[in-house]
Amino acid sequence: MAETPRLELIGITKAYPGVVANNNVSLKVMPGEIHALLGENGAGKSTLVKFIYGVQKADTGRMLWEGEEVRPANPNAARKLGIGMVFQHFSLFDAMTVEENISLGISPELTKGDLAGRIREVSAQYGLPLDPDRYVHTLSVGERQRIEVVRCLLQDPQLLIMDEPTSVLTPQEVEELFKTLRRLSEEGVSILYISHKLEEIKALCHTATIMRMGEVVVECIPENETARSMAEMMMGENLVSPERAERHTDGQVKLELSNLNVVSAHQHGTELKNINLQLRAGEVLGVAGIAGNGQRELMEVLTGEVLLDEPASIRIDRVSAGRMDPIARRGAGVGLIPEERLGHGAVPEMSLWENAFLSGATRMGLQKNGFIQVAASNAFAEKVVDEFRVKTTGVSHAANSLSGGNLQKFIVGREIMQNPGVIVALQPTWGVDAGSAAAIRQALIDLASRGAAVLAVSQDLEELFEISDRIAVICEGRMSEARPVENVTVEEIGLLMAGIGLEGEPADAA
Amino acid sequence: MLLRLEQRPEVSKSMVYASPLIAVVLTILTAMVMFALLGVDPVKAIATFFIEPISTLDGLAELCVKATPLILIGVGLALGFQANVWNIGAEGQLIIGALAGGGLALAFYDHSSIFLVPAMLVSGVIGGMAWAAIPAWLKTRYNTNEILTSLMLTYVGLLVLSYLVHGPWKDPEGQNFPESRLFHESALLPILIDETRLNVGWLLALLVVVAGWLLISRHIIGFQIKVIGMAPMAARFAGFKEKRLIWLTLLISGGCAGLAGVIELSGAIGQIVPSISPGYGFTAIIVAFLGRLHPVGVFFAGLLMALTYLGGDSAQITMNMPNAVIGVFQGMLLFFLLASDVLIRYRVRIGPHKVQAEVAE
Repeated sequence: MAETPRLELIGITKAYPGVVANNNVSLKVMPGEIHALLGENGAGKSTLVKFIYGVQKADTGRMLWEGEEVRPANPNAARKLGIGMVFQHFSLFDAMTVEENISLGISPELTKGDLAGRIREVSAQYGLPLDPDRYVHTLSVGERQRIEVVRCLLQDPQLLIMDEPTSVLTPQEVEELFKTLRRLSEEGVSILYISHKLEEIKALCHTATIMRMGEVVVECIPENETARSMAEMMMGENLVSPERAERHTDGQVKLELSNLNVVSAHQHGTELKNINLQLRAGEVLGVAGIAGNGQRELMEVLTGEVLLDEPASIRIDRVSAGRMDPIARRGAGVGLIPEERLGHGAVPEMSLWENAFLSGATRMGLQKNGFIQVAASNAFAEKVVDEFRVKTTGVSHAANSLSGGNLQKFIVGREIMQNPGVIVALQPTWGVDAGSAAAIRQALIDLASRGAAVLAVSQDLEELFEISDRIAVICEGRMSEARPVENVTVEEIGLLMAGIGLEGEPADAA
Repeated sequence: MLLRLEQRPEVSKSMVYASPLIAVVLTILTAMVMFALLGVDPVKAIATFFIEPISTLDGLAELCVKATPLILIGVGLALGFQANVWNIGAEGQLIIGALAGGGLALAFYDHSSIFLVPAMLVSGVIGGMAWAAIPAWLKTRYNTNEILTSLMLTYVGLLVLSYLVHGPWKDPEGQNFPESRLFHESALLPILIDETRLNVGWLLALLVVVAGWLLISRHIIGFQIKVIGMAPMAARFAGFKEKRLIWLTLLISGGCAGLAGVIELSGAIGQIVPSISPGYGFTAIIVAFLGRLHPVGVFFAGLLMALTYLGGDSAQITMNMPNAVIGVFQGMLLFFLLASDVLIRYRVRIGPHKVQAEVAE
């Protein structure tokens, strides 16, 4: 091909203290090509695009734009070249309208004249329905993402960078987004699509560059690969799907939520409305839903960080638990895995054995008359490290010296080793490398096989279908009826996640 | 040649302890330069400042007497600071504690009882706690900032003291001096070494250091204090009660300050005077940080800081230096400490940024 690549990177290297984020990375994106940048968390994808978008400087390496060497000093310079980027985390002001938000994020010349008209034009042209006069806080996450996309498109980009765009979308919204991206590609716009979701990449992308530990492993055509083969290239190891010996979901009720109503303690939080749920011994119940639909509030009332006025709304082994604090709940046999590893599930600056004491103090008998049993705490932490294959050189190391996956394995292990009757996990594998994620899923399944009840709240549908016996969906603080995983499709779950088909007043579960 | 700071992958534990020593060395070096510029022999000046005051038994005893309140308050503050509870008003709690204990001594000024001193000590602790309870209540009830409330209460405490020594508690036979009666023999702390002022208060300070060390490093309450200071969300996850810890740390630090006040009064002064403390409550903040917020560290830092008081006195007497030299020393020490603390998280590298060859695991 004689065509000049729209973007070419040659030998990009960027090092941080103790870690090389990008090592001699080269990449070519042709006009109109949808190019996937695939890799696990920490593989160096974000560092690379930050360099392209002018957020960060590389140590060495060259960047060619339409065949000419450039070095964007900041995002403004990158935008002038024709590079647009949609970040994973939106930068929008809730209290302003769509139009106001867009006018804040683009170059001043573009805000003149009929901006609202042009927003309508672009959104109609690319199938991104958006009303310029709506306030952002009234919009769904999918609609908010459209604002970011439209904001980019208004500037006529030649290259659109999308960083994990689908992590906040329902399956139906993902399909809509893909239609838009395909149309842009037909018009000659190049797209650099960052993701670790293999099925999506197979469905959308023309070519893929796979990165691992800061280096390009291989460039491939996703169409010619299977999801599994790409995953193995991404991880550099063979993938094991979780297995379970037997399913028995007719055990006794371990955790019961009845008519649970909670007003959120957070600004812009979600109110939990009349949630009913029965979690039985030996089953994994998955709760799907897009972030911000009440998962955090649900977790807070389950951990006991927020206490209820009505104690009987939560029952653990038939005992009213709504007013039990976290220590009492652990005493009652509940294991808790919060979403945030650093700062919530573990104290970053504290050693692993102190973090083992943090939640294991009561149930593992690690304190006597108020004094910490250091030897016993160390032994418990070492057992967790051994059993869950946490990579560390010792339990006296600080929690924040571990990688995300290893720390998560430690936290999950710490809860499981306390032999809980019920375990509640929020996003148990969020931001974790694929190897650790597989180990964590297997551990949760094994726990259920031993007769515990597992409640897993996750945004990752693939994960939920893999581990769950039954799946429910949470949307705007309401929970759908839990259905056996065999009798439900991804599409049905997707509709529920979007709030379609959820009854206002669900039938009484009791 | 280019000097630059590079972030360490993990906090350096040895630097945590080396940093105060670096600060002390830098302070002494800078002080020597300063003395030389003032036209004083730097070596002699340092000797006058740091060695002369403690070259006699009496000097050593004085060092302990001065260090007692600093250590007592420093340990209490360190516990609070670890929990991110910023009690800046230890000076006020010291005064109120001293008044609570001293008031008892005045009430029984013509009685002799072996129970008087213990009662005064307890009363001093309660007085300090009561004064610290006000910011604790305001913070847990109304979410006020304890830095402001505790600091402002210090000035209120000073005014209470001033009112009492100028008014109701003034010695009737004292020729109108703003001082109370001299305490009765049995209201004075027992002296440990004859001919010095070293008293039982020193032993109490040592006891508090040991108790504080046990609490912070081995007890669940100390663990809760550390967790809430480092990661409040993790403390909630573990089920620790934040309000209870705010109360507890303020009461402990207030009680320690009150104890320091009553010890100063009945051990070193012997009557209530308009100025009970030369700012021990504030200097103890430096002591707490210099001691790495650790009771054992506070012990050494308290001794060092006490030495700057004594050294300042002796420099004033033998070398004609202004009293401000004490403040200069203490200020430099804190300044250099904060500067060297950068080395805990960063290391100094020479030369331009190099790309490391190895790839992280």
